[in-house]
Amino acid sequence: MTTFSEQVLHAKEGTFVDIAVDKAYVHDGTGLQTLIAWRKLERDAPLFPERLSIIFDHIVPPNTGLTADLQNEVRRFAKSHNISFSECGIGICHQVMAEGRVLPAEVVIGADSHSCTLGALGAFATGVGATDMAAIWATGSIWLKVPHTTGIVLSNSFTGGAEPKDLALSCVELLGMDGGTYRALEFTGDGVEHLNIDDRLTIANLAVETGAKTGIFYPDSMTKKYLSEFGIISDTKLSPPLSYESKIEINLEDIEPVIAYPPRVDDVRPVSSLEGLELDQVFIGTCTNGRYSDLFRLSQILKGKEVRVKTIVVPASRKVLEKASSNGVLDILIKSGCMIGVPGCGPCLGVHMGVLGEGEICLSTANRNFKNRMGIGGDIYLSSVSTAAASALAGRITHPEVNNEN
Amino acid sequence: MKIEGNAICLGPDIDTDLIIAGRYLRTKDHTVWVSHIFEDLDLDLGKRLNGSVIIAGKNFGCGSSREQAAVALKGAGVKAVIAPGFARIFFRNGINIGLPLIECECKCKEGADVICYPETGALLIDGVEFHFEPLSDRILAILKSGGLLQYIKANQ
Repeated sequence: MTTFSEQVLHAKEGTFVDIAVDKAYVHDGTGLQTLIAWRKLERDAPLFPERLSIIFDHIVPPNTGLTADLQNEVRRFAKSHNISFSECGIGICHQVMAEGRVLPAEVVIGADSHSCTLGALGAFATGVGATDMAAIWATGSIWLKVPHTTGIVLSNSFTGGAEPKDLALSCVELLGMDGGTYRALEFTGDGVEHLNIDDRLTIANLAVETGAKTGIFYPDSMTKKYLSEFGIISDTKLSPPLSYESKIEINLEDIEPVIAYPPRVDDVRPVSSLEGLELDQVFIGTCTNGRYSDLFRLSQILKGKEVRVKTIVVPASRKVLEKASSNGVLDILIKSGCMIGVPGCGPCLGVHMGVLGEGEICLSTANRNFKNRMGIGGDIYLSSVSTAAASALAGRITHPEVNNEN
Repeated sequence: MKIEGNAICLGPDIDTDLIIAGRYLRTKDHTVWVSHIFEDLDLDLGKRLNGSVIIAGKNFGCGSSREQAAVALKGAGVKAVIAPGFARIFFRNGINIGLPLIECECKCKEGADVICYPETGALLIDGVEFHFEPLSDRILAILKSGGLLQYIKANQ
């Protein structure tokens, strides 16, 4: 029995390894804190600047003079050390990394908790804080404990309006907010074949909401085809173990559209339990659900209709925005009354735009619904894109299979 | 290594948004985080943290990777956090900035005298003894250096 983590980290689960980091990245928020920690190390330059990325996504473009000043400090550092720098508006760090910067079997460390997203490409990807990242800048390596693994074996395909986000939320419900702590989640089984890379990025993204270190999809023909679109040829072969010490079997036909109630991501209930709840805002985007597949799904439901509530759509990257623009998806969203934001994290963290007021209720496709996260006194319910789309049309929480006549 | 303080009892799943909200993160001034610590959980809690040992429920520090959460706790004078389990990024952050984090199941009593020995795995709460798996040698070395940056500088 050899798990993905054991194959990539070359050590038995439970042991500690010092391992070279293939790719490391920060965003405008953690980049600043990493830079502050880095300066205390008194080094001249990062050891492997070519392995580093700095990607501005959290507050883009900056909202205050202070934010602009702080971003300038990080921007200057990136340029003076020849570190790959992605300007405001290029996209969310995890998505930008997924667009041709990460290869299967690489060790990828991001200074953001949702760095586990890149497990969707078959990388060992996990998040750290600023001091850990400064140490990576200085040494090119990190110490890790090889995680124990929970296998999540998927069969069949989605029915009844359910989609990848519903699976991801259902996994958080099954495991709880700490059921995956210190562990890797490996998604395997026949059901994986039906999931495209955008779907897998959504599912891997929520691994950390169970406390997991990473969420893994083994690289397959889908991965190979996806990477080839970025000019990358990858023949990395990794195989799942024959058995898992802990395993959950999920028939995708049993997954139904769900909603996570505030303030817990694991408080997951069927959409039907909440149908009719009046909404003040709908938000579609983030590193969970801001990809082209998501915007396409959204456009299919909104086409020819108008939203009845303020609806904010934020593409996860400029590439996503470009594709949505050239394929007519963007046009549908604009005509249906959506506000389109600059590619980035958007309102997810409640400091920039789309901030909620006291008592406001937002249905969001993001990954966290913690107290006050999007604004003091606002409540965040989490759902899939299709549930958010149907709900935006109705102005209240609505099952994705309901045909809105408006 | 001996840690002493007065117990402050908290519940499970305290996320890093609750420790320090996203709206206060964009600064280089650590005192901002200290002055707004736990603001969305309990407005008065911040004033009682100096010299305390927090004894929390499971999954302390879940959510965002923001290191400001650990920095704020240390800056507010918290001597250590004891919980049955920590979210892994928070655990790394805490150790990396020199805040002792102890995984231990124990019964918290508000205001109790807490004495903790991370090397031997002994914990006393008003004289009642609990035991935990001692911290690993590497983690102890990082804590004794004052954090990961100091540890790297001392060992380079």
